[in-house]
Amino acid sequence: MSVKQALLALLEEGPRYGYQLRAQFEQRTGSTWPLNVGQVYTTLTRLERDGLVVGAGADDEGHVVYRITDDGRDAVAAWFTTPVERTQPPRDELAIKLALAVTVPGVDVGAVIQQQRSATMSALQDYTRLKRQAEGGELSWSLVLDSLVFAAEAEIRWLDHCEARLRRAQIERPETLLDEILTEEADEEARR
Amino acid sequence: MNAPTSAVLRMDAVTRVHGEGATEVHALRSVSFGVHPGELVAVMGPSGSGKSTLLTLAGGLDSPTSGTVSVEGTDLEGLGAAGRARMRRTSIGYVFQDFNLIPALNAIENVALPLELDGVRTRTARAAARAALDEVGIGDLATRFPDHMSGGQQQRVAIARAVVGDRRLILADEPTGALDSDTGESILRLLRARCDAGAAGVLVTHEARHAAWADRVVFLRDGVVVDETGADSAEVLIDSGTPR
Repeated sequence: MSVKQALLALLEEGPRYGYQLRAQFEQRTGSTWPLNVGQVYTTLTRLERDGLVVGAGADDEGHVVYRITDDGRDAVAAWFTTPVERTQPPRDELAIKLALAVTVPGVDVGAVIQQQRSATMSALQDYTRLKRQAEGGELSWSLVLDSLVFAAEAEIRWLDHCEARLRRAQIERPETLLDEILTEEADEEARR
Repeated sequence: MNAPTSAVLRMDAVTRVHGEGATEVHALRSVSFGVHPGELVAVMGPSGSGKSTLLTLAGGLDSPTSGTVSVEGTDLEGLGAAGRARMRRTSIGYVFQDFNLIPALNAIENVALPLELDGVRTRTARAAARAALDEVGIGDLATRFPDHMSGGQQQRVAIARAVVGDRRLILADEPTGALDSDTGESILRLLRARCDAGAAGVLVTHEARHAAWADRVVFLRDGVVVDETGADSAEVLIDSGTPR
């Protein structure tokens, strides 16, 4: 995740110190991706080294305040006008798990799918409940929730799709069909 | 949690078989579950999984091959056809994908109809229908005919008709199927609010996003309940930072 760009974007609104930045980040994203304050300060140090922010002294209570530079503003503008990269698909544990489940012998793939579907559905119920509670609240947080809802929904749709394809494969798999025909023929033979 | 006896809808080992012998189809196999006041339960499954059969049985429109279906503690089978019809007018509300409003009646007449069929005086029935329409936010459309309403408005009328006269069991069969996603969501919000106010709801859907409005989700496959989700604490899930 781009902590760097997110902090820079927050600094566009005015000089801030580390704790303030963390609080504002979490407020806008509903604490969905918690930041620890150490991470915030290391990032600020790196931003300062790169000339994107400058230390602006300490406030009355001794907090070190940072201010965005012109280069920093350019970096924020570039971030907002560039799409998030998709060159490499993010590692998806579920897709990897299913790809292996269908090939490794002895795995009940149907059970793997259903177990995941239930878990994802529970998460989707939770997000929906949070959405209801957040109604009329901050737009930024509600958009983050929508993103979680859409991702969970897509995952369930994909699982449904996997299940349907597996079923079809089981019906169409020639060796199974051959087995069935042979068994049927044997049954008929026995009846005669 | 409520005691099992307080369930508005209870299905015990319900099996429904269509046809006989070689053409025999098990639409439902030994399905058991209950829906309590204040609860919305979603039933999910692919087509042919038995979702609609389940709803038809819960509404007393069909009878199980074995097992029992009770609504507010009364076994529907023991009621006989006339008793079941009365139950449908007084205790059970049905919401369909295609609204099923009567085109020759305006909104308030559609909503008042089940009460009037039950012998309630016209004036009383109209007053209750007016209140139900107000509750679903379309009191101002009372004299509008279905043909002159949007899909979302028609579904609101249908929901008003399903809940008029304080019916406590609402059965919804893909109620958002014919609506765009925003309108669909407003319909779910209404169903949810009705359940929060004490009704028991069953929502049949194949859309995960809609099922997510329920307290519990029951998964049906080939007529069997294969799984069920409860409700975990949302805050814990978000605070941990890892949704999965």
